[in-house]
Formats: sequence, C-alpha cells, structure tokens
Amino acid sequence: MSPHGRPKGELPPLGGAARSAGGAPVRKRALFSAGFAKNFGRLWLVAGFLFLYLPMVALVVFSFNHSRLPSHWGGFSLEWYAKLAGDDEMINGLWLSFKIALLSATGSVVLGTMAAFSLVKYKRFFGRTFFSGMVSAPLVMPEVIQGLSLLLMLVAIQHAIGFPERGLVTIWLGHLMIGMSYATVVVKARLQTLNPQLEEAAMDLGARPWQVFTLVTLPMIAQSLVSAWLLTFSLSLDDVVVSEFLSGPGATTMPMVIFSRARLGLDPSVNAVATVIIVVVATGVALASILVARNERRRAAEISAAYRDDS
Amino acid sequence: MEPTRHPRNGTPWWRGRGLVIGIPYGWLLLFFLAPFIIVAKYSVSEMGDIRVEDLVTYTDGAVKLAVKFTNYVLVATDSLYRNAYLASLKYALVTTLCCLFIGYPFAYFMARAKATLQPLLLMLVMLPFWTSFLLRVYAWKGLLDDGGWVADAIIGMHLDTLLFKLGLIETPGQLMHTTFSLLIGMAYTYLPFMILPLYANLSKMDLRLLEAASDLGATPWVAFWRVTVPLSKAGIVAGSMLVFIPCVGEYVTPELLGGPTTLMIGRVIWDENFSNNDPPTAAAIAVILVLLIVVPLALFNRYQAQAEEAAK
Repeated sequence: MSPHGRPKGELPPLGGAARSAGGAPVRKRALFSAGFAKNFGRLWLVAGFLFLYLPMVALVVFSFNHSRLPSHWGGFSLEWYAKLAGDDEMINGLWLSFKIALLSATGSVVLGTMAAFSLVKYKRFFGRTFFSGMVSAPLVMPEVIQGLSLLLMLVAIQHAIGFPERGLVTIWLGHLMIGMSYATVVVKARLQTLNPQLEEAAMDLGARPWQVFTLVTLPMIAQSLVSAWLLTFSLSLDDVVVSEFLSGPGATTMPMVIFSRARLGLDPSVNAVATVIIVVVATGVALASILVARNERRRAAEISAAYRDDS
Repeated sequence: MEPTRHPRNGTPWWRGRGLVIGIPYGWLLLFFLAPFIIVAKYSVSEMGDIRVEDLVTYTDGAVKLAVKFTNYVLVATDSLYRNAYLASLKYALVTTLCCLFIGYPFAYFMARAKATLQPLLLMLVMLPFWTSFLLRVYAWKGLLDDGGWVADAIIGMHLDTLLFKLGLIETPGQLMHTTFSLLIGMAYTYLPFMILPLYANLSKMDLRLLEAASDLGATPWVAFWRVTVPLSKAGIVAGSMLVFIPCVGEYVTPELLGGPTTLMIGRVIWDENFSNNDPPTAAAIAVILVLLIVVPLALFNRYQAQAEEAAK
C-alpha cells in the first residue's frame, strides 16, 4: 500500500479529490467531481463521433428522399437509384476510376515495398536522406502543386516526343506518385518491427536473397501489404485534384463527375452514389476485421499448440 | 567457411540491392524531382503569345538564357495573391486550433477509456478515412444549406447571431458559402489527423506520473495542465503539423463549402492554370507555397530530431 492508503499502481479517479493520509480532510478541492469528469468525457466522445458520422448518415438518409432538395424531406423514394442505373456518365466514371485504382494500388505497393525495404534494410547508400525526403514529401505536398508539376512535365514530354496522351495513363502516374508514399509508410512500419535474425538465419541456412525475401520476409509483411493496397486503392478511387490536372478529353473519373455536380449545387444522384460506396466500404471493413480477428485467433492457437509440443 | 554464408557477394551490383534501391529512386527522380525542376523553370519563364517562351535559346550560335522574375514581382505586388496567401495561412491556423480544441479532449478520453473499448473507438475514428473524402465534404453542403439539419439546429438555438458577430457569416441565417462553412468542412476533414497522433501519444503515457502529482498535492486540473499536457507536446506538434500543412494548400473544401470571400491559394493556382491559361504565374505561386510549407516542416523535423536526441 502506498502511504496514501491506495494500493500501489492504482490511480486516483479522474477528478477525484486529493486526500491526505488517514482520510483527513481534503487538502485541495478538486475542480470537478469524478462522476462529472467521467460523464463529461463520455459526452465529448459521443459529440465527437456525432460530428464525424453525421454527414455520412445524412448522405444515406437523403439518398432515399423523394424531394430534389436534399435539405427537405419529401417522402421515401428509390428514384435516385433508378436514375443512377441509367447514368452513363457516372457509370463510365466509376469504371475508369476502378481501373485506375486497381493499377495504382498494385503499382504503389510494389514501389512502396521496394522503397520501404531500401530504407529499413540498407542503412548506407548514396543520397539516402535525400531519397527518404523524396519518399515522404508527397504526403505533405498540396495536391494542387503535385497535379500542376506533373502536368507541366507531361506537357513538356508530350511536346517533345508526342506521347503520352493525357488520360488513364497520366492519371495513373499521378496516383502512383502519391500512393507510393503512403504504401512506403505502411510497409516501413511493419518492416521495422521484424526481427532481422529470422532473415539472417535463413541466409545462414543457404537461402539466396530472393528466397529470403519470398519465403521469410514476404509472408511476415503480407498483412501490411494488404493494408497498403487497400489504402492506396481507396486514395486513388477518391482523388479529384490530381485527376483533374492530369486527365484529358474523354477520361473523366467518378470523383471528377461527383465534383463537377457538387460544385453546381446539391444533387441527389451524388447521395445515391455515396450510399453505394458507404455500404461497399462498410461491408469490406467488416469482412476484413472478421478475417483479421480469425487469423489472430488461429495464430494464437498455433503458437500455444507449438509451446505445448515443446514441453 | 561455407560459400553459401554470404550469397550476396556473388550477385552483380545491378541485381538485388542495386535494383531494390534503384527502381524507387529512379522513379522518384523522374516523377517527383523532375516535375519540381520544371515548375521552378516555368516560374522564371514568361508566357509567350501561345506557349511558354523557352528559357534557353540559341541565336546566332550564342546561348541566351532568359530568366525573368516578372511572375514573382507580380505575385509579390498584386494584393490578390498576397491576400490569398494570408487567408490560406489564417484558415489553416484557425482549423488547426479548432481541431486541437475538439481533438485533444477526444483523444484524452479515448486513451482513458476502458482498454477493451479502445480498439473499437480507434477503428471508429479511422473508418471515415475509408469512405470518400469528397462525398463527406459534399454532405456538409446539405447539412448547412437552408433547411439542412445542422443549419436548422444552429438557427434554432440562435447561434447564427453569435457567428455573425464573430464575423464568420455575412448575414444571420445564411450559413453556406461563408467562412464558417469553410472552417467546419476543413476541421471535419482533418480532425482524425489530429486525434490519431494525440491518441498514440496519450495512450502511452505513464499514468503513475499523475499519481505522483496527486501525492504531491496537485489537483487533477493542475496535474492535467502541468503533467499531461507538457508530456503530450510531441503529439500536439505532430497533430498540428498534419492538419496545418495540408490545409494551407487545400482546394476541394474551399471550392465546395467556401464563399466569395474565402479565396485560398490552392484555388488561385488552379485558376491561373486552367482559367487564365498562365502556367508561369501558377508555377511562381506554387514555388512560394512550397517554401511556405517547407519552413514549418523543417522546424518540425528539427524539433523531432531534438526530441529523439533528448530521449537517448
């Protein structure tokens, strides 16, 4: 027991009064009681989550609104979904966005893994600090500047050699630029926690570097590769600024369609698309967390089984 | 010693290590550094009749270098650009303070919640990242427009007169396309970026320090300000940088939620390039913006390096 009558390591309740030994009168009055602090905390968390989630709830609710004005409720209706099914501009945009996101997520993970590997495994190479700075710079660079700089370069290249035409490929390059940085951060965080002795052991047992990577390193970082892929996929699917700069005639991604409609005013078709996206994402996240939880349980079971076999 | 012990010695430099570093390095040089050099080049060029004039020209066998600073002079002297820079910095600063005000208690109570509840709370904070940022900003348009849920709530509580007095809206009852709607949108977008580093910091804090403070006679309030807050300084700095820096160059939120009085620099770059078809001026504005961002970033990096040094 500590001298103040509390078991060691146990904390005073938040906002609790500081009592002197033996339950003597309170030396200093607490500003608020423990109960108040607890409720205040709960209230703040609830209000914060309300702030974060209210817009999404509103998006979904007003996608079923009969009225054209999304701020006024005009009765339940599915008409915006019916219109969405025949909305070629939006569907073509979605298709293009999907293709670009698929390509840029895959490319980002490949480049990001290489960059993360270089930074974690090779402590000394020419211009390492410079390389590390370039990798993380796109994370903080305003998208307007990234879009503009890539556009000016691609225009210069096109002027000199006649290609690439602005469209899918140029948007892909722009998304790859940003996605690579995010993928590097995710994969690097995982690589740093790995025990290098496992790879050293594999090398000592005669594995070639490529074998060490595919048989030892890759399985251990697989989960971070999946997270990086999903993150860069959703970033690409969501990007509007870089796409606007780098797109050409006929290459309009879904966010560009949404942005141009949202600029003009409120449009229930945007709400309908939003609801579809939210449902897909929510399902995906739920499935992913169930899978991760199941994997962890299985791993824990395997580890404990392995210990049992040892003894 | 068996030959298999160091298999790397047998591989030529261009395979293995060289390739792993070389590919991303080359990629970044080509698609990150080169575009910036071109932006810098554009910023000291002039717009010709149709296209940008060449910086280096060969006339009569002599190389002529034409570096023009007219774009910078224009940006420095025209009050439109100066005001846009100042507005961007001001809105970014106010957004950062708003996020800190909402986010600090949020992260604090999250870190002090039941340990079993924390992963769920953390997931709920990160979940909005996975749904389109563009759509979530658009949603505020519906919420703040005439008759929207939030607009009704604010006007119902007569808070709009307060906002009017603060100068955040131009006319009471009109919330969309004002400074207020812009700030709400930006604070909303960047709040998770403030909460996550703060939570990471606060959840790692050694709670026995608070016990010690209490034993030494500090009230919880005093302990909070003199123990918890100073210890979470790294989290505050990291969160503030993550909010402030992207806010300065923000384009989508001001475009959708801002009004005629909230011209920010991202929009100016956009307009110079697309509407005025004047890439050199856009490039000059971009170069200055990069410098504005690099300065706080360099300070942040130095601060982090010092903190790491101090931790050793």
